[in-house]
Amino acid sequence: MLPPAFYYICLSKAYLLYTAIVAIRHLLNYILENMKILVCISIVPDTTMKIRIGGDKRSIDTVGIQWIINPWDELSLTRALELKESSSGAIKSVTVIHVGTASSEPALRKALAIGADDAIRVNAEPSDAYFTAAQVAEMVSKEKFDVVLCGIESSDFNGSAVGGMIAEFLDIPSVSAVSDIKSDAGTVILTREFDGGKEEVTVPAPFVAIVQKGIAKEPRIASMRGIMNARSKPVRVAEPIAIEPLTCIAMFEKPEARPGCRFIDAENAGLLIELLHDEAKVI
Amino acid sequence: MSVLVYTENWDGKFKKLSFELVSYATEVAKMLNTSVSAVSIGNVAWEELKKLGNYGASRIISIQSGHLATLDNQAYTSVIAEVSQKENATVLIFPNNNTGKAIAPRLSVKLKAGIGSGVSRLPLYTHPFTVYKRTYSGNAFAHLVINSDIRILTLAQNSFGITETPNNCVIENLSSAFDNSTGKTVLREGQKQSGKILLTDADIVVSGGRGMKSPDNWPALVELASFLGAATACTRPVSDEGWRPHEEHAGQTGKIIAPNLYIAVGISGATQHLAGISSSKCIVAINTDSNAPIFEAAQYGIVGDAMKVLPKLVAAVKEIKK
Repeated sequence: MLPPAFYYICLSKAYLLYTAIVAIRHLLNYILENMKILVCISIVPDTTMKIRIGGDKRSIDTVGIQWIINPWDELSLTRALELKESSSGAIKSVTVIHVGTASSEPALRKALAIGADDAIRVNAEPSDAYFTAAQVAEMVSKEKFDVVLCGIESSDFNGSAVGGMIAEFLDIPSVSAVSDIKSDAGTVILTREFDGGKEEVTVPAPFVAIVQKGIAKEPRIASMRGIMNARSKPVRVAEPIAIEPLTCIAMFEKPEARPGCRFIDAENAGLLIELLHDEAKVI
Repeated sequence: MSVLVYTENWDGKFKKLSFELVSYATEVAKMLNTSVSAVSIGNVAWEELKKLGNYGASRIISIQSGHLATLDNQAYTSVIAEVSQKENATVLIFPNNNTGKAIAPRLSVKLKAGIGSGVSRLPLYTHPFTVYKRTYSGNAFAHLVINSDIRILTLAQNSFGITETPNNCVIENLSSAFDNSTGKTVLREGQKQSGKILLTDADIVVSGGRGMKSPDNWPALVELASFLGAATACTRPVSDEGWRPHEEHAGQTGKIIAPNLYIAVGISGATQHLAGISSSKCIVAINTDSNAPIFEAAQYGIVGDAMKVLPKLVAAVKEIKK
C-alpha cells in the first residue's frame, strides 16, 4: 500500500493542473471576448474622377475633387464589421484610424455611419508611407489592438507599404494579399494569394492583415440609422509623434499620350491579326 | 557597395519576372558603378541559380533552409536584412507582386530605407536618388525622391524587359547561417492553379466585359486565347456576377497587368478597369459602341459584335500560325 502522502501529492498535482487549465481558458476567453480590431483608412479622390496636376507640379489640383474612403479600406471595414457581428460578442470593437487633417472628418464620419464603433484621427499630413505607418503603430501599441487591417494599396499613392511597415515598427507578424478572413473556434484563419495560387495560414495575435479584393463582396453602405448614430460616436484626435519621412514627391507628370486608335472594319476583322503580327509585332 | 535583388522562385524555378528584375538591377548597378548580388530563398538547384548570371548578377546568395519553406514576412525580412548588410547593399530591388509587397515595406522600416514602389523606369537621377513611379492608379506619374542612404525599389512587372549581360557569377550557400530563422506563419492548406497560363505571367491577354452578354459566350473568347497562347481576364462586373473566377479580374482593385498585347472584348473602359491594364504595350478594343472610352486607350479598334468578330480572329490566327 502506498503512503497517504502519495495520494495527496497526486491530488494536489491534479489540482494544480486543473487550476492552470482554468486560468489558461480564462485568459483565452478574455482575449477572444475582448478582441479589438483596428481598420486603417486612407482618404482618396473618387476613383472615377479625372486627375489634374496642380500649378506647383508637386500636388494634384483638388478643386472639385470628391473624397472617398480608399476602396480596399472600405472592403476591410465591411469585413471587420461582418466578423464582429457574427462573433457573438467575442470581438469587442471595430475602430478606424486615419492620418490626416481636419478636412477628412466627413469621410471618417462615413466610416462611423457604416458601423465602426469609434475613430481616431492622427492630426497630420500623411507625408509618406513611413511617416503614416509610424503614427498608426504608435496608436496600436498605446491602445493594444489585436488585429490591424490595412488595404493592400491606396488608389492615390499606390504605395502598398503602410500595412507591412506598421507590423515591422511593432515587430509583430503580418500577412499580405489576404482575400479572406474567417474565425474558426477562436482561431483567425487568413487566406492569402500569391502568383498562381492561394493558401490558408494562421499567425498569433496581435498581427496586421493586409487585405485585397475578395475580402468582402460589396462595400457596406451606411443606413439612415447608421448616419444618425454616427453623430454621437467619438472621433478622437491624436497629435502625431515626431518622425522624419524618408521620401518626398518632387513632381507629378501626366502619363504619355496614346497614339490614337486605328479602326478596322468588322467585316474584315482578320486584318487586325495581320497588323498585330506585322506592324505592332506583338504576336 | 552593391545592388541586391530578391529573386523569387516557383517550385525551384525562376520565371521571366526574376530575370527582368536582375536585368533591371544590372542597369541600376551601372548607374552607381557597382555590382549586383541576388538573394534566393528556397530549394533552387545550382544550375537554375547560375542562370541569374546571364542577366548580370555577379554574386548569388542561396538560402535553402527548410524553416523558410512557408513565406513568413517577418522571418524573410530578417534574413534579407542580414544579407543586405553583409553585401553592403545601398539599393534593394523587389518585384511589385504579392511577395514583394509582403517583404519590401517591412524591410524599409528595418533598414530605415525609403521605398519607391511600382517603379517602371530606371532611376531618373542618383543625386538626389529619384525614381519614376505610377500614382493615382496610372493617371499621374511621380518623380519620387528617396532621401535615405539605403533605397528599396519594387519594379512594376513587364515594365523593363529582359536584357542578357552574361557574367561569371559566384554562388554562395548561406543556408547554415539561417538554420534558426523560424517564422510564426503556420500553413494550413494551399492550392495552386495548374495547367493555365497565369494572368500575371502572360505576354498576351484576352479579356471580356459585360458586352460579352452571357457566360455562355465565353468559349469563343477562350478559343482565341488558346490559339494565341494567351491568358484570359475579365472586368469587375463579370467577376462580381460570377461569370468568371475573381482571379481573372484585371483592374484597379483586381490585378494590375502589363502584357505586350491586351485584347479587350465587350469592355467599355471604365477608369477603374483602365487603371489595371493601361500599362499594356498594345491595347486592342472590340466593342459595339464606337464612343466607348476603351477606344481612347486602344491602338487598334473594331466596332462590332464580339460574337461575330471573335471567330474571324480565330481563323486569322490559325492562318498566321501555319
